[in-house]
Parts: sequence; C-alpha cells; structure tokens
Amino acid sequence: MTVTETQDVAARPIGDPVLEASGVTMRFGGLLAVNDVNLTVREGEIVGLIGPNGAGKTTFFNCLTGLYKPTSGQVRFSGTPLPPKPRAVVRAGMARTFQNIRLFANMTALENVMVGRYCRTSAGALTSVLHGPKFRREEAATRARAQELLEFVGLGRSTEHLARNMPYGDQRRLEIARALATDPKLILLDEPTAGMNPQETRQASDLIFKIRDSGLSVVVIEHDMRFIFNLCDRVLCLVQGSALIEGTPEEVQSDPRVIEAYIGTGEDDEDEGPQDDVPGGEV
Amino acid sequence: MTDFETPVDDLSEAPAVKPGKPIAWPLGLAGVALVIVGAFLSWSYDGQILNDLSVNFYPNGLQNLAIILAVLSLVLLLAEKGPLVKLGSWVDATLGLRALGLGLVLYMVLVLIAISIESDGLINVNPGGYVTLVGAALIAASAWMLPLHQLRDMSEARMPAWFEILSIAFLMAALLFTAAYTLAQDEAWPLILCLVFAGTAATALFRSGVMSFVGHAGQRHRKVLTLAAFAAAFLFPFTQNGDDTNMSIAGAVLVFSATAMGLNIVVGLAGLLDLGYIAFLGSGAYVAATLSTSAFATIGWKPPFLVVVLVGACVAATLGLIIGSPTLRVSGDYLAIVTLGFGEIFRFSMFNLDGNNGPNLTNGPNGIPGIPDLELFGFNFGTDHTIAGIDLTRNSNYYFLLLLLIGGVILAFSRLNNSRIGRGWVAIREDEKAAEAMGVNVFGLKLLAFAIGAFLAGMAGTVKAHQDGAVSPDQYIFLESAFLLAAIVLGGMGTIVGVLLGATILKVLPEKLRFFLEYRLLLFGLLLVLMMRFRPEGLVASRRRKLEFHEEDEALAVAVEEERLIAAEEAK
Repeated sequence: MTVTETQDVAARPIGDPVLEASGVTMRFGGLLAVNDVNLTVREGEIVGLIGPNGAGKTTFFNCLTGLYKPTSGQVRFSGTPLPPKPRAVVRAGMARTFQNIRLFANMTALENVMVGRYCRTSAGALTSVLHGPKFRREEAATRARAQELLEFVGLGRSTEHLARNMPYGDQRRLEIARALATDPKLILLDEPTAGMNPQETRQASDLIFKIRDSGLSVVVIEHDMRFIFNLCDRVLCLVQGSALIEGTPEEVQSDPRVIEAYIGTGEDDEDEGPQDDVPGGEV
Repeated sequence: MTDFETPVDDLSEAPAVKPGKPIAWPLGLAGVALVIVGAFLSWSYDGQILNDLSVNFYPNGLQNLAIILAVLSLVLLLAEKGPLVKLGSWVDATLGLRALGLGLVLYMVLVLIAISIESDGLINVNPGGYVTLVGAALIAASAWMLPLHQLRDMSEARMPAWFEILSIAFLMAALLFTAAYTLAQDEAWPLILCLVFAGTAATALFRSGVMSFVGHAGQRHRKVLTLAAFAAAFLFPFTQNGDDTNMSIAGAVLVFSATAMGLNIVVGLAGLLDLGYIAFLGSGAYVAATLSTSAFATIGWKPPFLVVVLVGACVAATLGLIIGSPTLRVSGDYLAIVTLGFGEIFRFSMFNLDGNNGPNLTNGPNGIPGIPDLELFGFNFGTDHTIAGIDLTRNSNYYFLLLLLIGGVILAFSRLNNSRIGRGWVAIREDEKAAEAMGVNVFGLKLLAFAIGAFLAGMAGTVKAHQDGAVSPDQYIFLESAFLLAAIVLGGMGTIVGVLLGATILKVLPEKLRFFLEYRLLLFGLLLVLMMRFRPEGLVASRRRKLEFHEEDEALAVAVEEERLIAAEEAK
C-alpha cells in the first residue's frame, strides 16, 4: 500500500463496476425501510451515501453486507450475485465498519486486526494444537499483515493496547484496519467521522484517500456535508428509504430537493432529522 | 492522535505517604520474638489433641506453622528497616505484615478455641499459647503503625536468571509441601488451622508483591514455570507414602480439572453458557465401561484402552455436535436452559436403557460395576509399587496417567487459545455480530468449541470409569455440572491456572470438610456469593479480565498497559 497524492479526484480513470445493487428493497412489517434502491460502485471510486436520520442508509448497508436479507432486489459483486450471508460477502471482498464502533473490546488492537484475517486463513484446530508448519507460517503471516495494517492506519505504536482503552478516534481507525484485514475490494464505512473534531475529520479523509489510492473502492455514509462533498466522486442521497438523486457532489449539492429534504430550509444544516431510527435499522 | 502516552506521570504524583510511628518497628520485632518463644513453649496440657502441643522446647506441627509465619514477618520487618532494606524498595512490607499479623491473630484465636473445645475449657491452655497470641497481636499492631510506601514497579525488578528460576522452584516446593501437609490432617481442627496458615501465607505473599515478582519471573521463564509445576504435581504421590484416600481425591481432582478445562473452552473462550456439561464426562465413562471387560459390560467388542479413549472422546464430541447444532441457534439464557435439559436427558437415558424400556446398554440405575483396572503396555494399574522406599498405590498409578492427560488438555487449551480459532472464539464472545461481519464462521466455531470441549471431557471420562471401577447415572447429576461451572467462575474464566485452582478447591474442600456434613453446600454457596461480591473476576484473573470488572481502577489500567508494552518489546 502506498501513500500518494490525494485530492485530485477528477483526473483518475474509473474502472469496472465492483458492486452493483439493483432494486434493493427492505421491509420491516409494514415499514418500507429501503425502497428499490440502485447503486453501482466502480473500481477506485469513492461513493457517498447521504440522507437524513432514518432514511435507511445503514439498513441499506446491512442489506449489502448480508446482515439483512433484502425483501427483494439483487446485489452483485464483481459480476456474481452475492448470497445474503455476511461470511460470503466478506470472502467475496466487501468489508464494513459500524456506525457505533463494534470492536472486540477486550482484545488488543493487534488481535482485533488478526480476527479480520480469519476469513483469509485456514489453519484448523488440529494443526493449531500440534503447531504444524502450516500453522506457524500462517500465524507469522497473519501477525505481520496485521502489524502492517495498523501502521497503515497510523496505529503502529498501539498494537498491544486493549481496544477498549484506546481513544475514540483510534478506535475508528482500528475498525477500518480490521475491515482492511479481510483483503476487501470494496470497503463500506458507516459514519467514519461521527463525533470527531475537524482535525480528526481531516485525518480521516486523508486515510480514506489513502485507502482508495491503494486500489480499493469506498462507500461512505456521512452527515458531514463538507467532508462528503470533498471526498466523494459520486453521491447518492436517500430520503425515506428511496433514492432521491445520484450524481456528482456538485449536482447533489445544488439540487433543491436535497436541500429541502436533507439540508433543510432553515439555518440548521444537518442532523436535524427525526431521531427515531427504523426499528433494527441501525447496527 | 496516534501517539499514545502512557500516563506514567500521574502515578508519580504519589498519594501522601503516611508517616509511621517510631515505635512500630521495635514493636514488630518484639512480636516476632514472642511468637517464636511462645511456639517453643507448651500450648496445652492435653497431649491428645491437635497432634500434641504439650511439650516444652519441642515445637510440633501447628507450632511450627506459627514459627514459619513469624519468620516471614521477620523478613518483612527487616526489609522495612534493616539489612534487607534494598528488598524493601520493591516489596510492600507493610501490607504483607498486616496480612501476616491478622492471620496470626486469627490462627492463634482458633488454636485457643480448638483447645478449649477439644479438652473442655480455656483452663487447658498453657502460657505458651497466650504468649504466642500476644506476639501475634503485637505484629498486627506494629503493621498498622508502619508507613505505607510508594513502591517501585515490580515488573522492572530483574534478578539473575538462576535466582528467578530458583524462586519459581521454591514456590512450587512450598506449594507441594503445604498441600501434602494440609492433606495429611485428618482431624477437623488441625485441617482448618492448616487452611488458615496457607491462606495467611498466600495473602501475605500476594499483598507484599512477592507473588507479583514470581509472576513476572514466571513470564520470563515460562517453560521453567510449567516444568516446575508439573514436577511438583508429579512428586505429590511421593509425599503421600501409600495413603490411598488422598490419592483417590487427587485423581478425582485431575478428572474434574480436565473436564473443567474442556468447559473452559466453551464458557471461558467462546462465551457459551453450558449447564449440562457433566453429560460429556459421563458419556466417555459409559463408553469405557461398556467396552471394558467387566462382567456387566453390555457390548462384546473389547478394544485396547487407547482405542477406547478415542472412541469415548469421539462419542462425547458427537454428542456435543448433536446437542450443539440445533441449540446453538439460541443464545444466552435460552442456551443455558437447553443444555441444562440435555444434561438431564443424558442421565435419564442412562437410567432407562436397562432392557425394559429399550436396549440394555447401561444396566439402568445399577450402572456397570466391576470395571477392571487398566492394563497399558503390560503395566497393570491395580498393582502397588515401591519406588525409593515409598509406596505408590493403585490410585497413584491413575494419578500419573491423569497427569499426562491433563498435560495434554492444558497444551491443547493454551495452543488453541493463541491461534486463529481461539481469536475467533474470543471475538464471538466479545461481539457476535461484529465477528460475523468480519467473516468469522460464528456457527461453525461455536460447534467446534462444543465438540472440542466435549472431546476433552470424554477423554477424562474413559479414565474415570476405570479409576472408579463403576459407572452409574447418579454420578452425573446437575449439581456436578453446576460445580464445574463454579470451578471456572471461582478460578477465573478463560485462564488455565485459575481453572485448575478452582477445580482443586471445589473438589478437595468437600472431601476434606466432611465433618461439616450437610453444611458443606451452604458454605459453598456463601463462598461463591462472597467471591462474586469481592472478586468477580475469579481467584486468578487474567489482568485483562480484571479490567472488565474494576474499570474505575486507573492505576490498574496503566499497570496492565505497561505490562503489555514491556511484553511486546521483549517479544521483538
């Protein structure tokens, strides 16, 4: 993974589609949480997902990553349909972080990232007990890779800290490192800058550019408009479960419906949506 | 952001050191002298009680224990002020002395009570007893007048390697000696006094930080520690000299420990609550019984024992899979209820497979008696041996076999714990949903935990059948499952040493405290309630787990972090 230039978004060539979600619909009883949403993410692209609270963004993420089985619709990854099983999704190459951090609190940072390697390793119980050559090789490789990823996100010095004792911003980075450990082609970030100060937010967007530059596609849910319009190649706006508009940051930013539905007509520019989330909608 | 600065500086803002009183130190010395002099005097007129404490200038049994505690106090006093003062900068003499002083007072009060109960009244106490009590009180008083120190961090204490190894070996020897001596007490009062002695000495060593030093030394010489522990366990039968009762208890402890280690995978690592675990031990035992050459065995196939072990373990593991695959879809309380039911189903099946209600496999309530002793490689486990003039009985033979077994179980546990699989288990325990979203095979790993745990318990069961010589359904009641779980919780979930300790305590105490009869369970309940109140992380908690329960303890958090950092640096 290399650290290179960042902000220059427009100049990069856009590759083949990685993720194609078509007609994804999720119903909880009578409630239509996600209604017929289409999303295509191409290689090396950063796509933003915005919308007021309760718009169904996280539910849509959960449908993509197999935590929910969509009521209807299809998710294709690199051309093949994805079964709605988290493990299959991760193996296919899609990893995620959570809106409210869900680290393994009583494991060290390094162990957390090593868990992420689980799906790319295969040492079984027997070879683990016997310390067979395969186990030793794989364990050393897992450790090295985890260490490398921690350094990549800037946590190289905190490997032996318990996740629970780490500062908030570091926990967010650790979650990203853990997701990267699954060798994804596409990473879904659920509000990676929630609760961060401007400086931390800038670091977060640098990190996301860095991830993109290392060849991954990124989908980001965010409320911070400046953050998302600076970061993303394309933005999809969800309102009450349906796609309102999809386009470049400029298009979305200037669309009157977005301003009305999301940014609001008054002075408050964000976070003023209804506080009640879709039942079970936020993980 | 990424620079984590360990707040070491906060620590050096020392809590105000309370100055001690000048009289404290000489008072303590006087106390030590009095205890030792008192112990050399007669404690009682009656030579028939408490292993004879009636002879002047010939300290015996319990008096020697008092002398040992006094000598420990002397060492700590000299570390406080005197020739060992260098030691005092590492070791918290004051806290250690407080434990020793209090323990000694308790010890002597119990001695006086014991004497007056055993031979009618305090009149039977000789001056020696009172002198020692006064000495004990002086030590306690001086300990409370001594200042509290700011100590150097024990993890920085470095000694020559030979010294560290020697201290590990010495600790193991002391453990072996204490265990052997305590187990040798058949009467109630000497046993209780021995327990008080052991408790006092252990508390003093912990409070003064000596154990922390040995612990750090043990981390640096992990292999030495393991070897020393096994050597001590191996030597235990040689201290018993043919006493079959204690060896049979010891054998039961090892079976219980091996089963508890299996359950430790399920509960401690994967975080699945299983209340019917004894069934897996039972299935192993029943397999061994039905395949044995007992006249009551119901299956004609008589394979060699090593095959039986494998079959028994595999049957248990299969049962684990069968019970696991449908029930692991429920979690938490529901899983506990289902497994509780499974344990009862096993017992009733064994009870009813007697030929009347189905095939005759288990002889129903009568069980399968008359299981012959094992014979491995021409060695019959029923025969006694004499090695170096020490009798080794039948139960010692089984003890050695079980020691081998538990060695394997511990190895399997610790290696699994530090592998991809173990990390997966802990991840599931921590956050099942997140683990799933990271690609961990949650269901498969839960099943694996059930199967491996059951496998280990089944192995232990096959040996147990031969050691007990009989199996019957009433050995595998719910209470046993509850005790297994209690051993893990008491000792410390997910740890090795803790679970071994918990299993030993829960198995030895009921056997040795038989004179309490029906109060035994009551005492246990009380013990567990007190434990959960004051030390919810268990006797030997991994320090990580300690943090979970004592989150407000900043100093501890810092200490744990530093320890980890040091360990990490050393690993590099």
